[in-house]
Amino acid sequence: MRETKYWTWHMAAGVVILFLLGLHMLIMHLGGITQLFAPHAGEAVSKENSLFRDGKLFFTVTYILLLGVALYHGLYGLRTILFELTLKPGAEKAITIILLIVGLGLFGLGTWAAVTAHSIAIAGARG
Amino acid sequence: MAEIRRHDNRLGLWGWLGGGRWGVERYAYILHRLTGLGILLYFLIHIVVTSLRAAGIYLWVEGEFLHQPIFRFGEFLVFAAFAYHAFNGVRLVLVELGIAVGRPIEPVYPYRTSLNVQRPLLIIMMILAAAFLVAGGYDFLGLGK
Repeated sequence: MRETKYWTWHMAAGVVILFLLGLHMLIMHLGGITQLFAPHAGEAVSKENSLFRDGKLFFTVTYILLLGVALYHGLYGLRTILFELTLKPGAEKAITIILLIVGLGLFGLGTWAAVTAHSIAIAGARG
Repeated sequence: MAEIRRHDNRLGLWGWLGGGRWGVERYAYILHRLTGLGILLYFLIHIVVTSLRAAGIYLWVEGEFLHQPIFRFGEFLVFAAFAYHAFNGVRLVLVELGIAVGRPIEPVYPYRTSLNVQRPLLIIMMILAAAFLVAGGYDFLGLGK
């Protein structure tokens, strides 16, 4: 039952990622066509355009949300694939713990970076 | 409720990668996993690289290293993997929820298969992924500027 619940979350996370990463792709990798949220000259990934987006609370919140759901979706997917090799219970437990540590560590790093970048962008905009 | 009991994967790696006679949907699923693993690898590195901006380091715009053609091509491969994984993922969710397998019918000869519903869905999703990929290629080649 627990695994069924985790699998349902995995699918739900996929749907959330579809929208958030879809938006991310439209901005970052189709920027030449869409010109979305990139008011400064140059590429959408330029430092000026990155700072512009970091200054918007919407982007800070969605970055953190996307980070969380994408880490869960990706690492749970990896765990599922590895478990299909019919591992020993000890190995399964070790993999779960390692993936949990990696996931939480990267979530902490990414969240810190998004919040810090938001503060820097706001401070820069105020001069 | 009891936990779902998993079966032994006697085939090992081939159990992951081999589609046998399961048809093109099974191979689409295998490619879904492979693209997922590729995206995950990129994503983990991407988190670290983009987090450096909090320390004022914009690695993706500074210097020439990441502007080499090999990295631009690699970035396009990640984009292609995303396009495939996203649209095929929509198909998998619809199938998993039973929405895209057709209505249950009496098993009367000549038998009808749910592939009558699943195959058109696969084709539609691959066309959408290809359209997204073409748009991405247009942008990557700098034609959208």
